[in-house]
Amino acid sequence: MTATATPTAPKAAGSESVPAVELIGIDKSFGAVHANRNVSLKIAKGTIHGIVGENGAGKSTLMSILYGFYEADRGAIKINGKPARIRSSKDAIAAGIGMVHQHFMLVDPFTVIENVMLGAESGMLIQSSIRKARAEIQRLERDYGLSVDPDKIVGDLPVGEQQRVEILKALYRHCEILILDEPTGVLTPQETDQLFQILNALKERGVTVILITHKLREIMAVTDTVTVMRNGEVVAERKTAETNREELAVLMVGRKVRMTPDRGGAKPGEVVLGIDHLGLIDEFGVKRLDDISFSIRAGEILGVAGVSGNGQSELLEVLSGIRSPTSGVMHVLGRDVTAEKPCSPKRMRRLGVAHVPEDRHRLGLVTGFPAWESAILGYQRDRAYGFGPIINTAAAARDCGKMMEAFDVRPPEPNLGSSKFSGGNQQKLILAREMARMPKVLLVGQPTRGVDIGAIEFIHRQIIAMRDEGTAVLLVSVELDEILALSDRIIVMFQGRVVGETTADRADERQLGLWMANAHADMPQTAPSAPPPLLPPEMTGRNNLPAGMKIRPRK
Amino acid sequence: MSATPKGTSGPMPRWLDLFGLPVLNLLMALIVSGLIVLAIGENPFAAMRVMAVGAFGDLGAVGYTLYYATNFIFTGLAVAIAFHAGLFNIGGEGQAYMGGLGAGLAALAFDHSLTMWPMLLVGLVASAVFGAAWAFIPAYLQAKRGSHIVITTIMFNLIAASLMVYLLVNVFHIPGSMEVVSREFEPSAGMPYVNTLLAGIGIDMPQTPLNLTFVWALVCCGLVWLYLWRSRGGYELRTTGLSPKAAQYAGINPTRVTIEAMLISGALAGFLGFNEIMGNHRQLVLDFVAGAGFTGIAVALMGRNHPFGIIIASLLFGALYQGGGELAFEFQHITKDMIVVMQGLVILFSGALAYMNRPLLEKLWHLYQAQRQRKPAAAVAPLSPAAAPDAPVALAEETVTQVALPAPETPAPRPAPQAAPAPAAEALEVVEAEIVTMGPDAAPTKTVDKLSWLKNSTREPSETESVTIDSAMDPGGPSGDDTPPPPPAPRKKRGPKKSKRKAGEV
Repeated sequence: MTATATPTAPKAAGSESVPAVELIGIDKSFGAVHANRNVSLKIAKGTIHGIVGENGAGKSTLMSILYGFYEADRGAIKINGKPARIRSSKDAIAAGIGMVHQHFMLVDPFTVIENVMLGAESGMLIQSSIRKARAEIQRLERDYGLSVDPDKIVGDLPVGEQQRVEILKALYRHCEILILDEPTGVLTPQETDQLFQILNALKERGVTVILITHKLREIMAVTDTVTVMRNGEVVAERKTAETNREELAVLMVGRKVRMTPDRGGAKPGEVVLGIDHLGLIDEFGVKRLDDISFSIRAGEILGVAGVSGNGQSELLEVLSGIRSPTSGVMHVLGRDVTAEKPCSPKRMRRLGVAHVPEDRHRLGLVTGFPAWESAILGYQRDRAYGFGPIINTAAAARDCGKMMEAFDVRPPEPNLGSSKFSGGNQQKLILAREMARMPKVLLVGQPTRGVDIGAIEFIHRQIIAMRDEGTAVLLVSVELDEILALSDRIIVMFQGRVVGETTADRADERQLGLWMANAHADMPQTAPSAPPPLLPPEMTGRNNLPAGMKIRPRK
Repeated sequence: MSATPKGTSGPMPRWLDLFGLPVLNLLMALIVSGLIVLAIGENPFAAMRVMAVGAFGDLGAVGYTLYYATNFIFTGLAVAIAFHAGLFNIGGEGQAYMGGLGAGLAALAFDHSLTMWPMLLVGLVASAVFGAAWAFIPAYLQAKRGSHIVITTIMFNLIAASLMVYLLVNVFHIPGSMEVVSREFEPSAGMPYVNTLLAGIGIDMPQTPLNLTFVWALVCCGLVWLYLWRSRGGYELRTTGLSPKAAQYAGINPTRVTIEAMLISGALAGFLGFNEIMGNHRQLVLDFVAGAGFTGIAVALMGRNHPFGIIIASLLFGALYQGGGELAFEFQHITKDMIVVMQGLVILFSGALAYMNRPLLEKLWHLYQAQRQRKPAAAVAPLSPAAAPDAPVALAEETVTQVALPAPETPAPRPAPQAAPAPAAEALEVVEAEIVTMGPDAAPTKTVDKLSWLKNSTREPSETESVTIDSAMDPGGPSGDDTPPPPPAPRKKRGPKKSKRKAGEV
């Protein structure tokens, strides 16, 4: 789309006239579902091109076709002007295409070097391959600004560095076209900025970057051109400089989208949840929560801001009963919870505390269950769902159907496996389940992580509706926009402590950012440590290794 | 059994996945067995015939087959229930042994004082209690201390064997006799033989060890199904097995689930002891389990940890045992080890290599579908970039109707969004769509309305909907891994496919 047409187009002319990637009439169906309808697009060499669309728009399918995971039913692919037959990822790599997936494909117990050269070793002996790989990796790191220690074990690296290993893998195989699928879903804001610097460095060296995302802020920040997809078709192509977030949102969803929900005024009632000098020391002796005190009233939303890994997850665990605190008191709905008198999640639910977990795949639902069984998770002992020990499956399925209808979960099929719903629909189902009983306290963690724009708007409206009904809502999110849009009061956590507190009208984004980085203190910025595993030691005999144990490769 | 992008299933209908694939695996196992028989120097087809006749040829053979199957059903159920809780119970052997001990003790204690049915009931309960008790200590150690259940249960198998030898030699042996057996039970402590009952209604069946415990085995299958998929305890058990973190989130106590699962598992294995001691031998003997505990693992795997599959797999293994015995009898060069080899091959192809044939089966299915679709000859333009948008629509509608039939789990495809005519291929203009303004008044009240039904609902099943809960046949192995949702939305079928299909073919 941005091909600069030179009137004389000699063969030896600059590569601007020949697009790096050209897709012509790509069509792909999975049975009855038409994932890509006659998609054509051109991506110029040496640019960063974004592809946006909601979940189900077909962008991931399109890139999977480009990378060889699927083959299109119809259509052609041209790489650098030459037609290319891509039947597998091997063909794609040979054509110079590399891909960084949303869920990394790394071997955790291996080192960085071993991961990068996996599948592209030079020769039979490992040591010689390692030597060559090390030299090449150091060259790549210098040229592109990707700093990763080659001998570190990948499983120990923070997520941002793991992603850099993925990029190194692609560059090691001499890719000229790099596809990134939803890269920032797992990154902190700082890591996202570092990623963008890397992408710009790649662009300067002539690598073509294709960025699949649904985050409009990032499209505006780093891309040169953007394609909008909806329902399997390309609906628009724009130069990023000539468009804005609102226009892209309208194109993506097909209707006008409120970027910020209408919050209205809060009418807070009495205090329903208060914590007093709450502390948590985990089984490794690390202090996760450090003398925290705050309270929430009925009918207000308290937003907990902070970079991921600063104790917010542990806070949610303690408040929902999954963990008991080591010190301090929690007063919730008339009950005091201390280290000596813990409260299980079951009893918390009975009290009226609902919990929408951060990790919806592992905690929020059971991926092996059909949707209706996930819809009663946590409430399986409810009187409504059965007589004595027997579950009334009809009642459960009916409630699930009603939840799906109320929260617009698509497809509204209670029998469909939980894993077959898209992230946004899974999240809506979990929210429906937790909100359905009108809890007095609602704990919400990362409600819109990995969720597309239409669903984000809906989820935000629901949270506000709960508040208006008198629920006290504790919202934990790493997205500052979300905190600012929804919260009535905001606290900021850093390394297990509350370092800042403000109200909605006095909230200043810059000040919040400073608190989040604790930048007023002259402390070096440490990478957030990985939270310890959630499983207590008793559970470790199963398929998982005991907590904390990793297999180390023999050196 | 985690899937890579290249190996995951396409839109293969569910019946093919659940029945066709195991049948194909079984066929391959039999073919390889046949090759081995050929290599030994015998005729594989004759061998197969002898096996089939030996297993099902006459009522006597059927009796033996079903008697073996009874044992495998019990151990298969035991392993399956533990699997659903994420535990690998290899202690079926020892738990069955102890169950037999329990039945034997009950018989030796009460066979003079009780009549038949009370005696049998006491024996049944005793076998369950002893089997469960034998599983309790490994369960407790796993739950409280993380001692791996595989190791502890194997240890307990060995302890059980030694314990039985000690008891039979020192406590129960008949004075003056050299045999390592207890005294024989009174007739009241013997389960009625099926051939006796059939003789009562005029059917002539030779004497076999098949007894009414077989009926109890089938009842147990039903009870296990009811427990796992219709009870709260079973729900919590399956949740713990599939996702320990979700179980913790839901307030489920993992210790309680572990112990409960193992107790039930041990009790089920204990019923095998009841079948052997009170059904077959009618005295305490050594080694009556004879490896059935381990065969139970294979049966559970083949049956995908579902009671119905376990029944079928048990019949298969029972037939292998019985027919294999005949095989060794009839043929000179085939020894009893051949049965073990065949069992091993069946386990190999149905367990370890269970998904090896899946891509092949998918290709065959797609070819078959392609054949059927060539009849309505739709003119397909290969690789033409400017293909008319109408063509995919027409074929999409056709595939909609075709696909709607076999797969019960797939939601009824909605023709409306897909069949809408695609706009022009020059998709550089904004598609005209309704711009709906979301006013502040529109949203919150509507959602509160939607929420308030839940506040005020009476929850009684006022209208009974016929909901088919399709939770059967889940390969509920101990894999609590969290698969990320597939990139396409749920409307789409799963998985990448390697087939090079033209447009419109499914």
